[in-house]
Amino acid sequence: MDDLFQLGGKSFRSRFILGSGKFSLPLIQAVAEHGGAEIITLALRRANAGGGENILDFIPEGITLLPNTSGARTAGEAVRVARLARALGCGDFVKVEIIRDTKYLLPENAETVKACEILAAEGFAVLPYVYPDLATARALAKAGAAAVMPLGAPIGSNKGLLTRDFIEILLREMELPVIVDAGIGRPSQACEAMEMGCAAVMANTAIATAGDAAEMAAAFRLAIEAGRRAYLAGPGRVLERGGEASSPLTGFLED
Amino acid sequence: MKQTAFDPMSYLPGMERLDSGVMRRVLDAVKGYAPEDFAEDDARRALERDTKGPWELAALLSPGAAPLLEDMAAAARRETRRWFGNGVGLFTPLYIANYCENACSYCGFGSGHRIRRGKLSREDILREAEAIASTGLREILVLTGECRGAAGVEYIGGALALLRAYFSVIGVEIFPLNTEEYRYLRDCGADYVSVYQETYDPARYDEVHPLGPKRSYPYRFDAQERALRGGMRGVAFGSLLGLGDFRADAYAAGLHAYFLQQKYPHAEIAFSFPRLRPFGSDPAPASRILSPLKESDLLQVMLAYRLFLPFAGITLSTRERPGFRDRAAALVATKLSAGVSVGVGGHGEKAKGDPQFQIADGRSVDEVRAMLLEQGMQPVFMDYVRV
Repeated sequence: MDDLFQLGGKSFRSRFILGSGKFSLPLIQAVAEHGGAEIITLALRRANAGGGENILDFIPEGITLLPNTSGARTAGEAVRVARLARALGCGDFVKVEIIRDTKYLLPENAETVKACEILAAEGFAVLPYVYPDLATARALAKAGAAAVMPLGAPIGSNKGLLTRDFIEILLREMELPVIVDAGIGRPSQACEAMEMGCAAVMANTAIATAGDAAEMAAAFRLAIEAGRRAYLAGPGRVLERGGEASSPLTGFLED
Repeated sequence: MKQTAFDPMSYLPGMERLDSGVMRRVLDAVKGYAPEDFAEDDARRALERDTKGPWELAALLSPGAAPLLEDMAAAARRETRRWFGNGVGLFTPLYIANYCENACSYCGFGSGHRIRRGKLSREDILREAEAIASTGLREILVLTGECRGAAGVEYIGGALALLRAYFSVIGVEIFPLNTEEYRYLRDCGADYVSVYQETYDPARYDEVHPLGPKRSYPYRFDAQERALRGGMRGVAFGSLLGLGDFRADAYAAGLHAYFLQQKYPHAEIAFSFPRLRPFGSDPAPASRILSPLKESDLLQVMLAYRLFLPFAGITLSTRERPGFRDRAAALVATKLSAGVSVGVGGHGEKAKGDPQFQIADGRSVDEVRAMLLEQGMQPVFMDYVRV
């Protein structure tokens, strides 16, 4: 049976969302192909319509664009960027990224909820980038988000699932797809996120800073597929600490 | 307007006072900075720490770090790639006026120099904008000398209002303003403000700024903070390296940005690294340059900043030769100027005023773009959408 990823009213075979912001534009096609990515995020602020080095000219055919609102510092700015993306023909998907901290690039959850309410009402498939907070995730679901995109670790840190326990809570409590966004630095970390039950993984820096970006994208593809299959298979029991006593601990009972 | 020499730590009438405390913090920190106290071991420890604070900056700027330049370069390149990928933004400066009422001893625009003065008319500005935009650039840096009478805030605002139709990002490198004036320029289209303290050493500042409003040290120091309060998206810092003790000045500029970003976490911060260059027929006598920098010193400062504040923008100026810029760009830069003219105008037709200094890299936008591509970097023309 096909294991399709449903998102924003569309179906995807790939669960690898590729960020495009940190490498040479002519590489995007090769990286997307090797990674099997069907969704590519792009910073709308890099779209130089009619001008040189326009990122939109480098996205392969058949890819679903996921424009992000990077550069936005408020809900109002994010909403305007999203509308502009739609007007430029980028479609109805939007990754809401609202950041008011230039040092850590941590998301502004409250503003993100506000933007999500407005954009979802306008028919956008909203994918909000947030700190993994259950209350925020519930508010986003109520606002009509298409998914929740919690950060695994600070953007660009390649540190993996530092927020693992909080993402676990979202996975247990939320019906929306949970897509791990920032911080995934290695294929093994992407695999782990998928094993946990995340619906997809997004990666950018890990691939852009690899010696061979296309090859690293291929490794991510395999890791994400492996993690997904492991999740569907139902991971076996993993002992958290030490071994288990071989003689029963309750053997003293006389009944 | 000529003033008699006033106390450089005071303000002239009309200058807004912030008394925000940042200046005191920076001056206190610099007072205790003795670069020669740091050994190579200290610098190594600083380099290896995951997160870097003022102590690490001090160590990385010290002579003790000089033997680690290669390691610093490798680490800086990793940080630049991690934060910005391989993208490098391109922009060009546009000098719209060069009238000046200051008399800074190191500057080609100073009121004591007999140079051709001018400012661009509306028609000139439109012609320049057309010429620059035709090279593909979408970002511009607008510069003036300091003369409120001849080229004041309203004149600059009028220029920005014309330029915003052509460019998605506009920076201004002009004389310091009050908060409300910055707000006005933001409304006219400015996004960024660059102000260089030149030297953070108050005694040296006093010596080289004998006349004019620029003589007020604290008013200039707080310009970035007023700009942020006025709603600017980002601010740039720097000192004119070589004018004072370059290590102390670099340390001060780094801390200035660090403390201000802590106070205004949304602020985008950036650095430039102007090094004293000759102007006109002046061969830059040694007396003007207190602390000459070798290229390796300049690079050490750039690398130290990248490691200290990996998220900061770093702009490389055409004051440096192409061979230096090209290689340094790959290590630290987020922005490069290209197609530069430092006369008043000069992009569309002949300049209306003489240049402020001599440039060492006169390559066109296409040439700089090709250089970046050749080095495996991605030229970025557009990196902001105004909404």
